[in-house]
Amino acid sequence: MSSVDPTLVQLSPNSEPRKYWRSLDELANTPKFRDWLHREFPESASELVDDKSRRTMLKLMAASFGLAGLTACRRPEQKILPQSKGIEDYIPGKPQFYATAYTQGGVASGLLVECHDGRPTKIEGNPRHGYSLGSASAFAQASLLNLYDPDRAKYPMKEGVRMKWDDFTVFAQPHFAGLGQGQDLRFLVEPSSSPSLAAVKQHALSKYPGAKWIEYEPLNRDEAIAGAQIAFGQPLEVHHQFEKAEVILSLDFDFLGLDSPTILPVKQFSNARRVESKEDHMSRLYVVEPSYTVTGGMADHRLRSRAADVRTVAAELLKQLGGLTVLNGATTPHGRWIAAAAKDLKAHAGKSLVVAGPRQPAAVHALVALINQQLGNLGQTVTYTKVADGWRPQLEQLKELAADLAAGRVKTLVILGGNPVYTAPTDLALADKFKQVPVSILLSEQDNETAAVVKWALPETHYLETWGDALAADGTPTVQQPMIEPLYEGKSKSELLALLTGYKDKRPYDIVRNQWFASLPGDKEKAWRKALHDGIVESAPKAAPVSATPNAQKVSEAFAALKPAGQGTEVNFFASAGAYDGRFSNNAWMQEAPEPMTKLTWDNAALLSPATAKQLGVESGDLLEIAVGGAKTPMPALIQPGHADNSISISLGYGRTRVGRVGNGVGHNAGAVRTSDAFWFGSGSVAKTGRKYPLSHTQEHFSMEGRPIVREATLEHFHHHPDFAKHAVHVPKLFSLYDEHTYEKGAQWGMVIDLNTCIGCNACVVACQSENNIPVVGKDQVARGREMHWIRLDRYYSNDPNDPQVVTHPMACQQCESAPCEVVCPVAATVHSPEGLNEMAYNRCVGTRYCANNCPYKVRRFNFLEYHKDITEVGKMAHNPDVSVRMRGVMEKCNYCVQRIQEARIAAKADGRRPIRDGEVKTACMQTCPADAIVFGNINDPESRISKLRKQDANYGVLEELNTRPRTTYLAKLRNPNPELA
Amino acid sequence: MSQLFPRLTDKVLRIALGVVGLMAVTGGGVAAYLLHPEQVDTGYTPKQPIAYSHKLHAGDLGIDCLYCHTSVDKAAFAAVPATETCMNCHDRVKPQHPEIIKIRESYATGNPIPWVKVHKLPDYAYFNHQAHVTAGVSCVSCHGRIDQMIEVKQVEPLSMAWCLNCHRNPAASIRPAELVTKLSWKPDRDPAEIGREIIAAKNIHPPTNCSGCHR
Repeated sequence: MSSVDPTLVQLSPNSEPRKYWRSLDELANTPKFRDWLHREFPESASELVDDKSRRTMLKLMAASFGLAGLTACRRPEQKILPQSKGIEDYIPGKPQFYATAYTQGGVASGLLVECHDGRPTKIEGNPRHGYSLGSASAFAQASLLNLYDPDRAKYPMKEGVRMKWDDFTVFAQPHFAGLGQGQDLRFLVEPSSSPSLAAVKQHALSKYPGAKWIEYEPLNRDEAIAGAQIAFGQPLEVHHQFEKAEVILSLDFDFLGLDSPTILPVKQFSNARRVESKEDHMSRLYVVEPSYTVTGGMADHRLRSRAADVRTVAAELLKQLGGLTVLNGATTPHGRWIAAAAKDLKAHAGKSLVVAGPRQPAAVHALVALINQQLGNLGQTVTYTKVADGWRPQLEQLKELAADLAAGRVKTLVILGGNPVYTAPTDLALADKFKQVPVSILLSEQDNETAAVVKWALPETHYLETWGDALAADGTPTVQQPMIEPLYEGKSKSELLALLTGYKDKRPYDIVRNQWFASLPGDKEKAWRKALHDGIVESAPKAAPVSATPNAQKVSEAFAALKPAGQGTEVNFFASAGAYDGRFSNNAWMQEAPEPMTKLTWDNAALLSPATAKQLGVESGDLLEIAVGGAKTPMPALIQPGHADNSISISLGYGRTRVGRVGNGVGHNAGAVRTSDAFWFGSGSVAKTGRKYPLSHTQEHFSMEGRPIVREATLEHFHHHPDFAKHAVHVPKLFSLYDEHTYEKGAQWGMVIDLNTCIGCNACVVACQSENNIPVVGKDQVARGREMHWIRLDRYYSNDPNDPQVVTHPMACQQCESAPCEVVCPVAATVHSPEGLNEMAYNRCVGTRYCANNCPYKVRRFNFLEYHKDITEVGKMAHNPDVSVRMRGVMEKCNYCVQRIQEARIAAKADGRRPIRDGEVKTACMQTCPADAIVFGNINDPESRISKLRKQDANYGVLEELNTRPRTTYLAKLRNPNPELA
Repeated sequence: MSQLFPRLTDKVLRIALGVVGLMAVTGGGVAAYLLHPEQVDTGYTPKQPIAYSHKLHAGDLGIDCLYCHTSVDKAAFAAVPATETCMNCHDRVKPQHPEIIKIRESYATGNPIPWVKVHKLPDYAYFNHQAHVTAGVSCVSCHGRIDQMIEVKQVEPLSMAWCLNCHRNPAASIRPAELVTKLSWKPDRDPAEIGREIIAAKNIHPPTNCSGCHR
């Protein structure tokens, strides 16, 4: 095999071979990589853990055998504890579903939460909510684990000493009564769209007219709103219709990923990209961005550009479209690319869309408004709505607070949510300033860095523990309903504020209910019940689009006033796909979910292009020192193919010092070099420290050596050769040496994954982890190749390592009809079900791992250690009771959520013994997929959606030539490039 | 050099090895027999916190199983009733009886009655009452004549082999679904024949593959 380039793949008889590779080591085919690949199991995956010698092992075994004899005589007594008084409609053991709301960035997504006997166990999207449509993001899914975080803020603390709420009330009530007009009172609050919190805020500010209300969030959309302020003279929120757009150009906007607080853009975009017959068309996406994001991965044309050069691209685009010339002499080397994009956009005027990301300065957003006006997109694919009155940029508000604090004008500071000490720009030095405030009160879910410097640190309820509300992006009121009583002594933001300011309602339920009850139509009680059931208050008016014309003169002035890009290496700050801004730092699911592009787990890194790395003499894993202004932070380097040159990207939310046992000391703090001048990006310098830092990433694990695993083509090629994917590899007529199963009868389960719409966002990975009680193994175990995720999102780069394209390929057990794993199992622990599932009987498994060795897809996962051992009692509440928790020494893998199939089957039987309907069984991954790329169903039913998809020309099975006959098949990836740029 | 061991050694060793082997096999067999659920679990009759008699309630008074075990046809669990259910009658019936006072205490304080579980399956076996009861498997097939028990006793081994016996030959244990709680039901013809008719009519095919019960 060394004579053949393993990365070269012939996708179709009539196309050029293409290089597919997953890491630079693989591309270079280094000895290290080959060694890794050719071991039966990844390095040291087969050895025992080093701190236990064989001898200790034998001693332990002898002891446990001895004890086993003593305990086996007595049958342990188990109790059944029924309720004293029954609860209406509650059936023990039957899950119940309630609607609630998850808020990120002040925007609500509707959820439907599965509760088992009073404890929430699984989060799904609310199908009735316009911004969820039945799906939930990886963050929303993982927020469940935050509820059961054993290191949460649990009790009121006064300077590190545990107190009671009564102690706080005794102190707070006279204190707040004596504040007079509140001249020296400040509220620092996590931004929220909650109307009920706004009502309590209104009350607080009328009681203390001298007080100030400051809102701050480290990842906000202020630049976009400020851009509208420039262009339209009023602050407006921008909304995009990705479904209606035939050509989209994104300027540093990861709208499919971390820059969108909801998953609606993914739904819209994937609807416009889905190709189910050769007559179908798909939209075209151009992306200009510094680092590789999931949006960039979906691009038909991607231009890597430093964040500071994006403005030049925007200005050149406007010029090419025949609009204003705002570029003063600056030129861009990408003239041809921009001209082609401009022509394409113009050809689809009114049905095109140009968008800019939250990291770009306001003037670029204003310029984009002009571009969309030039293209006639305003009111078509772009609309604007009003923001709440009195809007001011958060950073400006925070700077003002810092100045007030420095001048000693603040005597009482109330911080509601967030972690400003960790997330605020480092030049504001909030930690020291907070310490000087005589009375500082923090309400937070986490026992975090801010809690360390305030006088009173109070526990906040998790959103699944309390009543609340929030608005969706279009203003739809979304009710946040609790699933469980507060596990600890938490209070919600409005509850604490009501307590401090003597609001008319005290209980969170009353605060929320009274906010909406009066405005409900008809039978109010009935309407309120319906709102709780649906999760939304349907009768409330939605935000009306504002029609306005951008002022070219103002935009031009603002553009001219833009701060020029500095010299030196550009440093970019991004949300991280794991910890986001730090709120998921103590969440093991998010820490272990591989970052979609780098596949890095349990860390962040300085991403830089291969060329920049060469220029700096840096390799992946070198520890760098990054300096911006006077601030410095260490950060390991990671070479990211496709990154812009002379630029590095670092993600926030790591390097936490006080968050809990999972997140403490994980990664490095990018926030240490984030200043108010370089809030999103700025120029800095990079120096080598000479030290190395180990990074755990999953990109080389389970590689597949140059076979056509992913199959892709252009839309045009597909129109001429719709069955190209079937001819990528020659499948001879195959027969099996074993007795073949028959699959004619009953339901036969199968899955189709559409590579064309999959964006690789990790939502399925986390959903699967939550549904199937999959353990988290930690950084060290991931480095040994022992990660346990049942779904692996393979990310393949293709062609040029400096500017590659990306395809994401979800890979889980393919449920082969003639499965290679089954024939090698000596104890029949993995066998075939009559419905075509390749089953795992965990209790039969003796751990030979022959099956994993014989699996060509490398999708079997082995419990090398007792990974569930360290889970706390409260952590166990997150487990799904319908799925066994696997022990050490047992093999496991995807089983098509067999527990859901059984549940549906039993329900169908009880319901008059009818067959299971199409769509009645949804696997966890399918249910949550924001792009609806996964379809599961009965392939024996010719009318089912999956049967129709399997008949499509683009449908292919991976490694079919091995006669495994996989039940999971794929629809080939398509791209829609502009012929002018081909 | 003279021989270290006498000539007999070989023979002694062979016999000893045979004896040890025989003991191991016999010991293993005896252990396997004794530790089988049939020996270990059958007959388990724990002492309950309240001397509740199924014979009195279900047998003599003829209260239907479903009156208390309401979720048996709706969920995986048969569900032991809430104290409230007892109070439906015992609010007035024998309120001063010492055993009933325990019930009234639970009802007044809200503390659950700690019933001791009799029929236990391992955590990895996902038995579902709803599926069985709606198919027409009577309570008596697994729990025996509860209506004749003063103290509830496990009468069947509830081992996997025992489950599979019925899953492979269900006919004898299937009866019309409305009769599942009639523990004393005696058909006037061969019950297996009735079972076969119901199986054909309802298209019942109990799973015998792993994921039928283990997930």
